[in-house]
Amino acid sequence: MAVTPVGDKMFAGTSIENCYQCGKCTAGCPLADQMDVTPNQLFRLVQLGEVEKVARCGAIWMCVSCFTCTGRCPQSVECVEIIDALREYAAEHGCAPPDLKRVILFQKAFLENIRRNGRINEVELIAEFKTRGFLQDLSLPFLMKDTLLAPRLMQRGKFHLTGEKAKDRDLVRRIFARCTTAEEPAANEGGAH
Amino acid sequence: MARFGYYPGCALHGSSNDFEASVRACMKALQVELGELNDWICCGATAAHSINHKLSLALPGRNLGIAEREGYTDLLAPCPMCSMELIKTKNALCKDKALCAEISDIVEIPVTGSTEVINLIQIFQRIGLDRIKAAVKTPLEQISAACYYGCLLTRPPRTVQFDDADRPRSMETVLDALGAKSVEWNFATECCGAGMTMSREETVLNLSNKIISNAKAHGANCLVVACPMCHVNLDMKQGAVEQAHGVKHDMPVYYLSDLVGLALGLSERELAVDRHFVRAGTRPSPQTLAEKV
Repeated sequence: MAVTPVGDKMFAGTSIENCYQCGKCTAGCPLADQMDVTPNQLFRLVQLGEVEKVARCGAIWMCVSCFTCTGRCPQSVECVEIIDALREYAAEHGCAPPDLKRVILFQKAFLENIRRNGRINEVELIAEFKTRGFLQDLSLPFLMKDTLLAPRLMQRGKFHLTGEKAKDRDLVRRIFARCTTAEEPAANEGGAH
Repeated sequence: MARFGYYPGCALHGSSNDFEASVRACMKALQVELGELNDWICCGATAAHSINHKLSLALPGRNLGIAEREGYTDLLAPCPMCSMELIKTKNALCKDKALCAEISDIVEIPVTGSTEVINLIQIFQRIGLDRIKAAVKTPLEQISAACYYGCLLTRPPRTVQFDDADRPRSMETVLDALGAKSVEWNFATECCGAGMTMSREETVLNLSNKIISNAKAHGANCLVVACPMCHVNLDMKQGAVEQAHGVKHDMPVYYLSDLVGLALGLSERELAVDRHFVRAGTRPSPQTLAEKV
């Protein structure tokens, strides 16, 4: 979604000016205690037109999209849609803080996996995410984490090396191409930062 | 025989195939036919809505288009991530003709948003709780469940319009019909960390620990979920939760369809309950408990 011009009354299709800072979003947020900018502060900054500043904060990538804020907002502000618009903007402009780049990396690897296969191939996705993550920060514990789960998943018939693919994968690529006009394909952006 | 369109989504055809086995076994026992959408594609999940808004409408839009072409009025999507994305797209299409035309062009199939998307709890409601109650062979008297709704079954409320987002009771009502008890507790609609399992595991381990601990403190002997991601974070990750927090939970986590199936007389094997991580023996499963009693 295009981020509408700074200062616009409508932001991400929702009326941000309706926020009157009651703080219910932050009170209900399961991650607020760990965020650099809390949800209500984040919405205030958007009201003030500080989109650039908000797009650089870690909070938008810590948000788990649980929609508690959206559900509880007495002013019907579409809180998660605002955070989505900020994430989209931040992903395009590569401005996530270093310790949270992995979240973007995962989202991009996820979309690239759909573009290629039409459906998620878990093993391929995890392998790609781990490799790219490792190349980014050379963290061995990160690379090895979860590998011990593989045999236990296999034992339970939950591990599919080949994975499923949609039959008409060309169609999926065409859909992606039409939705990502004038941008680099998601695959080429992930490790660039 | 009732017939519903069926959108399994990637999780149910991947590592959450125990959920699919459970749903299918349960529907077969209740004589409900599931018509899997021909060549469905991924709904895009959190990744699409986080970084590409148009894709988050196009990917579900393609699947809604397939459902319309195949003539389904109701589409079961047992994964709440999928059902929420499908409903969000359906709502957007229903109120915007221009968007319908745009998305139809992008996904190469006409789509209007006419298909009703339903979650796992709703399919039991459609089948009829009276009918399920009458079919119960083994009432689950030993079960004291903490019904865990997580996020997307009831949220965002204006989008999904299902149950009461602050105090949902629909799963408890299904458990009532099965002769099972459910406990009052505080974390029924708190988030488990969802898709952060891979990228920020500590988030998942903290949130899941709070959920399991609260269920235990309120006397639950199991958790009941209707979401593959919740099951991953609470069951598969329970060992990691225990390790990270120096606790022992041994809290079995059932899909709602597992309990319906067990009450209908299906075996743990048929429902793939034997493939969960928190294993029978260390936990009060209906069958092991029945033997003790």
